[in-house]
Amino acid sequence: MINDKYYNRRYVISGIAVVIVLTYIIRLFYLQIIDQSTKDQADNNALVKQTIYPSRGLIYDRNGELLVFNQPIYEITMTMRDMGKGWDTLAFCQSLQITRDEFDERIAEIKDKRKNRGYSRWTPQVFMSQLKKEDIATLQEELFLFPGVQIQKRTLRDYTYNAAAHVLGSVGEVNQNDLDRDAYYARGDYSGRDGLERTYEKQLRGEKGVEVLMRDVRGRIQGSYQDGELDRTAKAGTDLYTTLDIRLQLLAEELLAGKIGSAVAIEPKTGEILALASNPSWNPKVLVGKERSKNYNLLLKDKTKPLMNRATQAQYPPGSTFKTIQSLVCLEQGAITPNTLYPCSGPGSTPIKCTHHHGSPVALDRAIEQSCNPYFWCAFRDLLQMDGYGKDNEDFRHRYELWRDAVMSFGLGQKFTDTDLNEQSSGSIPSTRLFDKFYGKTGWKAITIRSLSIGQGEILVTPLQLANQAAVIANEGYYISPHLNKNDSMRIHRHNLDIKQQHFEVVKEGMNRVMIYGTGRHYAVDSLHMAGKTGTVQNPHGRDHAIFIGFAPVEDPQIAVAVVVENAGFGATWACPIATMMIEQYLTGEVKRKDLRNRIGSTVLNESVKKW
Amino acid sequence: MRASRNGNIWQHVDWITIGMFLLLALFGWLNIYGASYTFDQTSIFDFSNRAGKQFVWLMGSLVMGLILLLIDYKTYDVLAYIAYGAMLLLLLATPFLAHDIKGSMSWISLGPVSLQPAEFAKCVVALAVAKYMGRYDYKIRTWRDLIVPFALIGVPALIIMVLQKETGSALVFAAFLLVFYRQGMSGYVLWMGVAAVALFIISIRFGTVALPLGTGSVGILTCMLLLAAVEIYFICKEHPMRWQGLILVGSVTLIYVIFLIINIWIPMPFDWISMGIVIALVIYNIFVSLYWRKYMLLIVAVFTLFCIGYTHACDFVFQKVLQPHQRIRIEVLLGMKEDPAGAGYNVNQARIAIGSGRFFGKGYLNGTQTKLQFVPEQDTDFIFCTVGEEWGFVGSIGVLLMYLAFILRLIFIAERQRNVTTRIYAYAVASIFLFHLTINVGMVLGLLPVIGIPLPFFSYGGSSLWGFTLLLFILLRLDAARMEQLN
Repeated sequence: MINDKYYNRRYVISGIAVVIVLTYIIRLFYLQIIDQSTKDQADNNALVKQTIYPSRGLIYDRNGELLVFNQPIYEITMTMRDMGKGWDTLAFCQSLQITRDEFDERIAEIKDKRKNRGYSRWTPQVFMSQLKKEDIATLQEELFLFPGVQIQKRTLRDYTYNAAAHVLGSVGEVNQNDLDRDAYYARGDYSGRDGLERTYEKQLRGEKGVEVLMRDVRGRIQGSYQDGELDRTAKAGTDLYTTLDIRLQLLAEELLAGKIGSAVAIEPKTGEILALASNPSWNPKVLVGKERSKNYNLLLKDKTKPLMNRATQAQYPPGSTFKTIQSLVCLEQGAITPNTLYPCSGPGSTPIKCTHHHGSPVALDRAIEQSCNPYFWCAFRDLLQMDGYGKDNEDFRHRYELWRDAVMSFGLGQKFTDTDLNEQSSGSIPSTRLFDKFYGKTGWKAITIRSLSIGQGEILVTPLQLANQAAVIANEGYYISPHLNKNDSMRIHRHNLDIKQQHFEVVKEGMNRVMIYGTGRHYAVDSLHMAGKTGTVQNPHGRDHAIFIGFAPVEDPQIAVAVVVENAGFGATWACPIATMMIEQYLTGEVKRKDLRNRIGSTVLNESVKKW
Repeated sequence: MRASRNGNIWQHVDWITIGMFLLLALFGWLNIYGASYTFDQTSIFDFSNRAGKQFVWLMGSLVMGLILLLIDYKTYDVLAYIAYGAMLLLLLATPFLAHDIKGSMSWISLGPVSLQPAEFAKCVVALAVAKYMGRYDYKIRTWRDLIVPFALIGVPALIIMVLQKETGSALVFAAFLLVFYRQGMSGYVLWMGVAAVALFIISIRFGTVALPLGTGSVGILTCMLLLAAVEIYFICKEHPMRWQGLILVGSVTLIYVIFLIINIWIPMPFDWISMGIVIALVIYNIFVSLYWRKYMLLIVAVFTLFCIGYTHACDFVFQKVLQPHQRIRIEVLLGMKEDPAGAGYNVNQARIAIGSGRFFGKGYLNGTQTKLQFVPEQDTDFIFCTVGEEWGFVGSIGVLLMYLAFILRLIFIAERQRNVTTRIYAYAVASIFLFHLTINVGMVLGLLPVIGIPLPFFSYGGSSLWGFTLLLFILLRLDAARMEQLN
């Protein structure tokens, strides 16, 4: 030991060492305990999460016929960060058979943050998508030459039949909205955009799997992370069995060809939709893959509006088909009995003329059979005026309200909310408020709204509602919301109407007579015991729309149908044959009336209608 | 007095230090295996990889340590100057024998291995400095007494920095300042060093005096206020002038307050105001010092002017003298530049690797960042990342505390010497280890700019391991002989 006067400086020097180490410990405490960001950054560095896409659920018809399935497709992704020096662009282009310019252009697109908001150097970006197996075969072999490039297998939809495009819907890339709403999706994922694909997206899509791999600084995969402990296998989507009868659907679309219109068939007892056709339509294959957005835009521009599902979205006045409801409501609310007679002067009648020549006076069954306008005007008038008009029109307006409620109980004037049909219009049964606004509370009487008596004027319904209305009559007082999933859980959505059963018998009898003696007699198949009602809807923009509703067999209805053909003229001429052939097909499995089938199917009523 | 027989050496050798050395070296070796480990690797003894090679170096270093302990302790003293001269020649010759490795001209190839003479220079210089300063007649009385010691460390440092372009290895010689301090150099020199670094950082980070009228940068404002405070302190210290000092403090404060209030409506050029105040103070100092014959104040005035000059010089050095890569490293450290792909890459990746280790670490050989080579130089200069990632907070502070214990042990050894030369040498060894630890870990933790010097016993490399072994075991040999040595 040497004692010198600087002896104490040993403590200063030791102190310096202690302070430095303490400083570093504090820094380590900050980095390793407080700062939480490094964990994610480390994972971003070292882990590649490879998504394993599940195969989407298949879609079948009610008889187990495969309608929608998957075809494999490949996409090429690139992680820019991993594409280091020495990355041979030319060889890459060669193996994909693209030009250097195309390559540069695509890379510029990927890097353009305005077009590609999610761009990051660190994550795989889609370079080319929807390639066939033969397109990527060469690249697959040389993949190791191109660090950062991955080939991702995915599936695209494919279709067995060129039919039911509206119902099935399509699958397309998710948009920003989907990404914000559902954390399941990543940019570039596919999801059902419309129709059943959209309604049952969660069931069909399954669950993505993930494989966590490690990659080194040069992007080379170094095997599975933690021996695959964090990996998750993909769960395939669940298949969907629909209520559609594809034969019936095909027939409906065949018969609607060249026309604008729609046809809906429902199994009355269950509310299952057997066919839901809307024309013009498209081959579902055109909205798949690379061509999707181009074709979608073409469909969007088509003046005949093929993208609109007319069966559920188009709204028409129901015309004479409404007389069935009119009959039931008037009977139930006591305005008429089955024996009530009203006179008819044929075309000379006022205020509404009759379009048919028949004896006078007529009772209800004959009035339905002959679609007698004066009869229904009188019945409607008597119903609304039952209590007189009252002070400030109150009693009359109250009666109108009761009538409206009864009409709406058939499912009219509102969307079916307890069902799996996404695209629907509500139709409209005018409210007292509407008329109050037009005419003032006291300004409107029965005569003011006389058009409603025969289903014209402000009343609007969709073909689906028409078919449902037919089902209500077939069921004699209830309906199950029409739906597309052949799953018993849907049957709980039963709606009972406040109309006595005996009234239905009268109306059914009338509708049966329509098919024997009335407007539908030319196209009835007697052995099938059909009931129906034609309608011809005045159209201020052109030729009348043809409408038909019906069901069969009368005694135990298996199918209820509604058909609307726009600008076709009489309901009896166009809508009725289509509907009866559909009934025939469904009940007997074939259409024996080959000539009729060919004639209707090949007739073009609208030159601009085309099938995409 | 005991006879210096080899048989006795084992009783006097400091086994605690040897134990610490072995612990650090073994743990370092494990981490080199961890850092260079790839997932398909087989054995830690596979000599084609770095852990295997390091094992050979480690065995070599043990043999070397043994030989060093067996050599007569007087040899080191006798050879000190000769070795110093030979080392200078070798350092001068190195750039001509060396081949360029990443811009550095410091490696000499000897068959299959490359050696870096600079790593051995530390030891030789330490011996020479110890011998010179340990003479009976040597004492630090004036600054003149420090000329030779500074030259002893300055010459090799300059050769390494200028000829070999190894700034890091050259900076290590700054560690000798602590040795000089222990031997009696004024503590102000250390403070000046700290102040110079602080002022450098402030003037680089916050800019120099802006000549066009500005609202004032924080940095220069702080400098000026500090200088004003120093001025006032010295004035207040003089008893007869205390009142004047207080008046000065009051008026300077008042001026600042007034300008701060005006600043609410009109932006004030605080740079100019501060500069004006400081220059006024300097003039006042000169006047007072001449008038009252208080020459201390004159020194203060000169010092103030020197500081103003220094802040300008900092900028000049930073922009013109430093090389671009050094400038960028400092800018990244001070947060003036974000360059995660370029100069900031190492530091950022090191931060990620260490931070992701969390409390207990990911476990040995389980670190993803180091295994997958995200951290460059992870088995040499950035080896501490592996410790941080795989052993976590626990392991990292364990290593740091082990080093601290090691260095404190060296200081303890130094202070038990009877021979001044040995004590000086021991302080040199402790200071060099402390310097390496500080710079290396500070760099990895992102607290200091990137300066490439190894972490003793941890970083891969034979030269550095052998250099440190040489340094340490000569000390252990001298320490073992402390009983035989005279005061």
